[in-house]
Amino acid sequence: MHEKTIAQLGAGLAAGHFSSEELTRAFLERIERFNPLLNAFITVTAEAALAQARAADERRRRGEAGPLTGVPMAHKDIFCTDGVRTSCGSRMLDRFIAPYNATVVEQINAAGAVMLGKTNMDEFAMGSSNETSFYGPVRNPWDLDAVPGGSSGGSAAAVAARLTPGATGTDTGGSIRQPAALCGITGIKPTYGRVSRWGMIAYASSLDQGGPMARTAEDCALLLGAMAGFDPRDSTSVDRPVPDYSAHLDQPLDGLKIGLPREYFGAGLDSAVAQAVEAAIAEYRKLGAEMVEISLPNSQLAIPAYYVVAPAECSSNLARFDGVRYGHRCEDPKDLLDLYTRSRGEGFGAEVKRRILVGTFALSAGYYDAYYLKAQQIRRLISEDFRRAFTQVDVIMGPTSPTVAFNLGEKADDPITMYLSDIYTIAVNLAGLPGLSLPVGFVGQRPVGLQLIGDYFTEERLLNIAHRYQQVSDWHNRAPAAFG
Amino acid sequence: MEWETVIGLEIHAQLATKSKIFSGAAIAYGAEPNTQACAIDLGMPGVLPVLNREAARMAVMLGLSIGAEIARRSVFARKNYFYPDLPKGYQISQYELPIVQKGRLSIDLEDGTRKVIGVTRAHLEEDAGKSLHEDFHGQSGIDLNRAGTPLLEIVSEPDLRSAKEAVAYMKKLHQMVVYLGICDGNMQEGSFRCDANVSVRRKGDPQFGTRAEIKNLNSFRFVERAIEFEVERQIDLIESGGKVVQETRLYDPDQGETRSMRSKEEANDYRYFPDPDLLPLVLDDDFINAARAGLPELPDIKKQRFITQYGLSAYDAGVLTASRELGDYYEAVVAALGGEPKLCANWVTGDLAAFLNKDNREIADSPVSAVRLAGLLRRIQDQTISGKIAKEVFEALWAGEGDADAIIEKRGLRQITDTSAIEKVIDGVIAANPDQLAQYRAGKDKLFAFFVGQVMKASKGKANPQQVNDLLMEKLKG
Repeated sequence: MHEKTIAQLGAGLAAGHFSSEELTRAFLERIERFNPLLNAFITVTAEAALAQARAADERRRRGEAGPLTGVPMAHKDIFCTDGVRTSCGSRMLDRFIAPYNATVVEQINAAGAVMLGKTNMDEFAMGSSNETSFYGPVRNPWDLDAVPGGSSGGSAAAVAARLTPGATGTDTGGSIRQPAALCGITGIKPTYGRVSRWGMIAYASSLDQGGPMARTAEDCALLLGAMAGFDPRDSTSVDRPVPDYSAHLDQPLDGLKIGLPREYFGAGLDSAVAQAVEAAIAEYRKLGAEMVEISLPNSQLAIPAYYVVAPAECSSNLARFDGVRYGHRCEDPKDLLDLYTRSRGEGFGAEVKRRILVGTFALSAGYYDAYYLKAQQIRRLISEDFRRAFTQVDVIMGPTSPTVAFNLGEKADDPITMYLSDIYTIAVNLAGLPGLSLPVGFVGQRPVGLQLIGDYFTEERLLNIAHRYQQVSDWHNRAPAAFG
Repeated sequence: MEWETVIGLEIHAQLATKSKIFSGAAIAYGAEPNTQACAIDLGMPGVLPVLNREAARMAVMLGLSIGAEIARRSVFARKNYFYPDLPKGYQISQYELPIVQKGRLSIDLEDGTRKVIGVTRAHLEEDAGKSLHEDFHGQSGIDLNRAGTPLLEIVSEPDLRSAKEAVAYMKKLHQMVVYLGICDGNMQEGSFRCDANVSVRRKGDPQFGTRAEIKNLNSFRFVERAIEFEVERQIDLIESGGKVVQETRLYDPDQGETRSMRSKEEANDYRYFPDPDLLPLVLDDDFINAARAGLPELPDIKKQRFITQYGLSAYDAGVLTASRELGDYYEAVVAALGGEPKLCANWVTGDLAAFLNKDNREIADSPVSAVRLAGLLRRIQDQTISGKIAKEVFEALWAGEGDADAIIEKRGLRQITDTSAIEKVIDGVIAANPDQLAQYRAGKDKLFAFFVGQVMKASKGKANPQQVNDLLMEKLKG
């Protein structure tokens, strides 16, 4: 059963080929067997999962099942789950039991899906390799020496290894798309405001966006349908109807204008990755699309702008972790300052501290204008680049990441090189646009991802474009040898 | 050397919303610690703020009442600092773009002139919680009930020139927010408190002196005393060759002095930046017009109307419009009586005010309703009782002995207006005091009052005084 997609599992459940309980047991067994190898899960909620599965089976008997009812899935450990540890990959929250559900969790529960557990991630979603997690790195199922990407590395690895058919992720600078690419799966970061941030532990509030990760665009459409929607508890949530993302997946691509940004195919792009991406582009031509070379002239400013805005927001967002009300508290604080400095010093890892320091500096008196304000101006320039591009083309296409998965430890001591791994994804967050990554080949045994960038609220079209490719390719169906 | 004082006030008015500014938790003073704080107020991971529309409406009401500009677009910003009673590690406030800008408030000075004080801005923000240092054996407790309570911080221009002016401004603003119903004005509970920026300069000097900020003054008296102390301190310091340093000071009401709390160098760098969890607050015409439609008659306008409509003195009109409730009460008395606005004013500002004061009650808790007071005044008007007897009836009204007519009836206080009955009493008094009569008739006019007194006494105060006067005058002539 584990080889099936969500759509196939839904059909199997509907046809009565297996029950949700059987399905859930099968995945729990795989997690038990393979997770020690991958470290993709931080917490497995086996008992609760089986209870949910039985409830889903009951619901199906009552004739009230939807497409996700009884389908197992996993949540990135950044989403608050009522009564279940929500660690955010940090020692700071190692013993934090969330007292409420994130809206995303609530909605997926309401759809009847079964939560298998919480997936590993870079600490507070800060990282591109899943090596900053307090719970240790996640391994890439395609090559255990390789990183799975990050920060949603646990979700990506779990889906790729068939430990779960789908998972939630969050994307602040590429954290859904880059691990999806590096693990050979499909993931979509929706338009900012499409998915509620309530209960999603904030890293950089103006960039964070939750989204689904699964094997196929078709599955992502099903999951996104359950995740998206207006939430009055999130002031940045957009009140706009949620389309049926599955309805137009098969729409033909004839006449589709695809923009290829010159800046995404230049220096820094691995030539083998470029080849795989070119091959996918050639396939899209066959599907009837037309290629247009475009320019996003401010692309090179995206990383510097991001590494001002995101740390600035995180320095403030993470101030609440002070050891006073919840989370890690140092032993025997001698006074208030000691409580703060030791609790935070012990609770946070190196990358989180680095970003808090950078962000604190960028917001400091006398530096605010030069850094934060300037970065916000760059954001507007970048958004303007995209706006212009979308007057010429329907969608933008390019590599998701400049290389395939790198080795564990390879870039861990070199933050700048690590940051470059998100060079093609970050601008999308700065502009708030939707972006999708889908598998389009391999370099050796490591997967290559293709990124689609759409105009605001064109998730439906992105999923359609990805789905059409997946109808004529089989990269998304390939399983890593050890986990087939 | 002549010195000039320069004062600017930052007043925090707690808005009288039902729930907090960014969460649905209730607001009520004095609840058990941490029983009115939800996940948002506790700053739990993943929570998000949503602005309470009512808080924005109240801010707009104040803005409209002080002739200010209402910002069509204002921005919430985070003020970052660590403190145990600040759950998120930042306070959501407004910084560069506040909701209300450039207003003005006129105050009446002691010499009878008016002065217009500029209001720089008023912005919305959330209150912090409270640290509890007692009962925790060397540790501190945190109560987050107050965290997230909506505040409107109203910042004046440095237009105030004395402690008295500062108090007059603060009182005027207090009256305004209470009138508008946007703040309960309770200063003991901290619903209306003040930080004072105080500096001195030599008269005629165009530059302001270095200022000290005195924090958290929660009574009019403290504001006056703290400023007076601080002005003296600064003048003494400069005159003895010292220099005022920019710092934050605390007022100690027991010692009657201000003390340094932290210097400018020790001040936090708050690292303000726009809160990415909240979109800019955009107000359209409908919202502003609805707030305008909800404005009550403002104190200055009401006072003017009382002067012209009821022919009251400026003083009486001022007293009667000090609060909305008192003005409403007065107008209800006038309406029930159907006229006699001056008689009504005398009673409301006189006996009623004295009784309220004695029992430490607000007009809203008066045991004598406007209708009952009017019932009493009607009997003065139609001469059923005299003004003097009315005071006795009022006391009985206050004690809850029913309405005026019932009290007059029960106690037999009806005024005697029957001429023959009064004549009978007068005849008795004259007969009983032949010596005084002789002296009066010999020219000792002053004894007239003696006879009036005796007649009133004999009639138990019920004889109509005017008739007594007239009839006595006749009879004593002989």
